[in-house]
Amino acid sequence: MTILSILATILILLGLFFFFAGTVGILRLPDFYTRLHAAGKCDSLAAMLMICGIAIYNLQPFSFAALLISLKLFLVAAFVFIASPTATHAITEAALVLGVKPWKRTEKKRP
Amino acid sequence: MKTKVATFVIMLIFWVVLSGMFDAFHMTLGVICCMLVAHFSHDLLFYGDAKSTWGRGLLGVITYLPWLFYQIILANLEVAYVVLHPRMLDKIDPHVIRFKTKLKRPISKVTFAQSITLTPGTITVSIHDDKFSVYALTRRASDALPGEMEERVARALESGK
Repeated sequence: MTILSILATILILLGLFFFFAGTVGILRLPDFYTRLHAAGKCDSLAAMLMICGIAIYNLQPFSFAALLISLKLFLVAAFVFIASPTATHAITEAALVLGVKPWKRTEKKRP
Repeated sequence: MKTKVATFVIMLIFWVVLSGMFDAFHMTLGVICCMLVAHFSHDLLFYGDAKSTWGRGLLGVITYLPWLFYQIILANLEVAYVVLHPRMLDKIDPHVIRFKTKLKRPISKVTFAQSITLTPGTITVSIHDDKFSVYALTRRASDALPGEMEERVARALESGK
């Protein structure tokens, strides 16, 4: 177990935790918009962490081909970071234009 | 001409990373493709006022990114806490806030909107001129806006004028 393997494992486990939180959020939150919060964004950080973990793990044993593959993985992470908020924004605006009603806290009867 | 050369260099770096083959045939193909792309669409990557200031803009973005990552991690932890909390429905309070931004350049507005959407708990719904609509999950998430993030985006990208 080298130090790079340990670092990669930690990153992947952290990514799994955020994916878990995002999934729980999709299941528990009350309406479309709040679910988008969980779906669109916990995922961007989680995907970033996991891809970084995989890229670091892939670097050993070190070779030029492995470095190229890791660079490609980082490119994937960068594009996820640009595309994910754009998609979230587009879906939210489309839902608002179509008139999906947001959940309001006041609708809930409080004892 | 300068933008053509810059586009060509960026495209060639992309080609080398994505292809990973260095024999004469593949490199020649890459150079020809990159020259064609640079010739036809050099004004897409560096358009308008970005031509003269892109070097400084890049520097600003590089200094801005670490802070953004720190914020994303903080905000992710907070959303994870809210979502995993047993009495979640008492914690969340979805609402829309509207505010005006003082950012002028389109690129800084887009960066600001993407940063808002990336930090969990807030989604940018729309931008009309300088009016932002932001959908927030909790009161705490919306209290921080526009605030420090706008300042930092302004410092990173607006100063290049």
